[in-house]
Amino acid sequence: MTTQKARIATIWLDGCSGCHMSFLDIDERLLALAKVADLVYSPLVDHKKFPEDVAVTLVEGSVSSTEDLEKIKHVRAHSKFIVSMGDCAVTGNVPSMRNPLGVDVILRRAYLEEGLENPQIPSLVVPKLLPLVKPVHAVVKVDVYVPGCPPHAETLFYVVSELLAGRLPDLTKMTRFGV
Amino acid sequence: MSQRIVIDPVTRIEGHAKITIQLSDGGEVEDAHLHITQIRGFEKFVEGRPFHEMPSLMARICGICPVSHLMASAKACDALMAVRVPRTGTNLRRLMNLAQIAQSHALSFFYLSAPDLLLGMDAPPIKRNLFGIAEANPQMARDGVRIRSIGQQIIEMLGGKRIHPAWVVPGGVNEPLTAEKRDKMLAMMPEGLELALRWLDWFKGIHEQFHEEIATFASFPTMFMGLVDKQGNLEMYDGYLRFVDADGKIVVDDVPPEEYATYIGEAVEPYSYLKSPYYKPLGYPGGLYRVGPLARLNLVNACGTPLANRELTQFRARANTRSSFYFHIARLIEIVYSFEKMQQLLDDPEILSKQVRAYAAPNSLEGIGVSEAPRGTLIHHYKINESGAMVHANLIIATGHNNIAMNRGVMQVARHFIKDGQVNDGILNRVEAVIRAYDPCLSCSTHAIGHMPLLIEVVDPKGAVVAEVKR
Ligand code: SF4
Repeated sequence: MTTQKARIATIWLDGCSGCHMSFLDIDERLLALAKVADLVYSPLVDHKKFPEDVAVTLVEGSVSSTEDLEKIKHVRAHSKFIVSMGDCAVTGNVPSMRNPLGVDVILRRAYLEEGLENPQIPSLVVPKLLPLVKPVHAVVKVDVYVPGCPPHAETLFYVVSELLAGRLPDLTKMTRFGV
Repeated sequence: MSQRIVIDPVTRIEGHAKITIQLSDGGEVEDAHLHITQIRGFEKFVEGRPFHEMPSLMARICGICPVSHLMASAKACDALMAVRVPRTGTNLRRLMNLAQIAQSHALSFFYLSAPDLLLGMDAPPIKRNLFGIAEANPQMARDGVRIRSIGQQIIEMLGGKRIHPAWVVPGGVNEPLTAEKRDKMLAMMPEGLELALRWLDWFKGIHEQFHEEIATFASFPTMFMGLVDKQGNLEMYDGYLRFVDADGKIVVDDVPPEEYATYIGEAVEPYSYLKSPYYKPLGYPGGLYRVGPLARLNLVNACGTPLANRELTQFRARANTRSSFYFHIARLIEIVYSFEKMQQLLDDPEILSKQVRAYAAPNSLEGIGVSEAPRGTLIHHYKINESGAMVHANLIIATGHNNIAMNRGVMQVARHFIKDGQVNDGILNRVEAVIRAYDPCLSCSTHAIGHMPLLIEVVDPKGAVVAEVKR
């Protein structure tokens, strides 16, 4: 009865939250999952510190800012398995569309455009953008790749279940481009 | 010597943000800010791409309300093609939009805010989540999951995918509805309505326990903005912009959405990547206004469906409708409305018509699309060249409209609860809870982790950190 529950986490780098929403789309199985695993860090819960030893961390989004970079390195150091969840994490997807233009062009368009009140580039407290948006595996080792924009809820449920059962999931039949 | 309190990340909101609170020498709150920490540059990187890609691409701004972006974007594209969408195409879009409002409101209420409401603002942080609810009140967790799931299933039946369906296209939708799917959807309506009413009743029974929060959660006079239909009733997909003052008196009405720029300006603050829209005639920051469920219910003449009408009348008679705490109840009333309205749309036999899409090349070089997202009015404004490539995009995202009011709300709560520099978890949770009430949807990333949950920096007048206190 006293077996320790597995510890899972989800984090959010530069993504649209669609991958997290797809994970929530496992619906009532979320409540069943909570019986065998603890969600120890996630936008859905109130723990503000990433814990020491996490079994599985699902990572949504690409690495776009100095904070993303710091965060993913920390997460890597404290997670047994890292899952690149969705195309933004796997390839850079939509966030990386800014790469050919450069950060300066993006910021100028957003904050210095004519007609704005107080035009200025925000720089207090907010993190700096990296010159290039990168997929997760470009900065840390990734154990499992789950493509899709977002991956289907079934696929995500399968991945988490397999990893919790101690197996590496075989996704060849479950994903295709864009799903 | 002053102190700065940092809440990082703000949790149980859709996206990540950071709050800083500046204390004076005497330990009183001097200033407070909400920082949105991500910018992605959609307005710039879409330039040069074909306009008909926009709905699918713009939906990737947000995975919680992708349908809202599909709506506003597709409507802007309809305007670029200068076509009239067939009636059934419009009604099918409306159906998907309402399904999304139900699912998104359920996410906000049951998954994110109910832990504070059911377990209390001072409950242990480890319990303040959906799983804590499942322990304390399993039916509430199950019902919340179910309402969201009904909304998501309707989106999937219509569009083939729950998140980022490719079914909404310029000119309409790309596939009609089958009778079989229609029947399946209709069968879910009574259940959705029953569950929504159950938790609306529950909330009506407990809300007065939160009198201190009601009095301080951004409880101040502001204008409200949203869309209304020709009768001045609640309208989520189309209609005209209306601004009302703090007492509900109409300031401007019947504004065609294409004229938004006459009334709405945007300002930039150095501490956030999120811009602050304001009501132009009153200037910045005096022209603050709120949008979203509470704003909509404060500005419409009526909801237009029987049960939601009844609830709206009761709400107005009983509650302080100026407090952002009541975004929660407004959300529940809008879930009721969504199910009633979806039922009406599905009962119309014409919903099965095969005429769901208009085809055309670009016929106008500028197009504006506006709709109500769960969190408020969403504006997409596009310009293209003659071959249909985007040359300019301006987006005003629902959450942005509330930026000034959210910042002032944080300040109000912090001032009320933090005395003599004393803070505890319950107080900090209230500071976050005022943000949660707005249900902000922030496509933004989180922050340096490995920090303690709460970091108080003691900063000298030049801004140098002279001491740190960690909790
Ligand atoms: S992969 Fe798609 S759904 Fe996931 S975060 Fe990126 S854009 Fe959103």
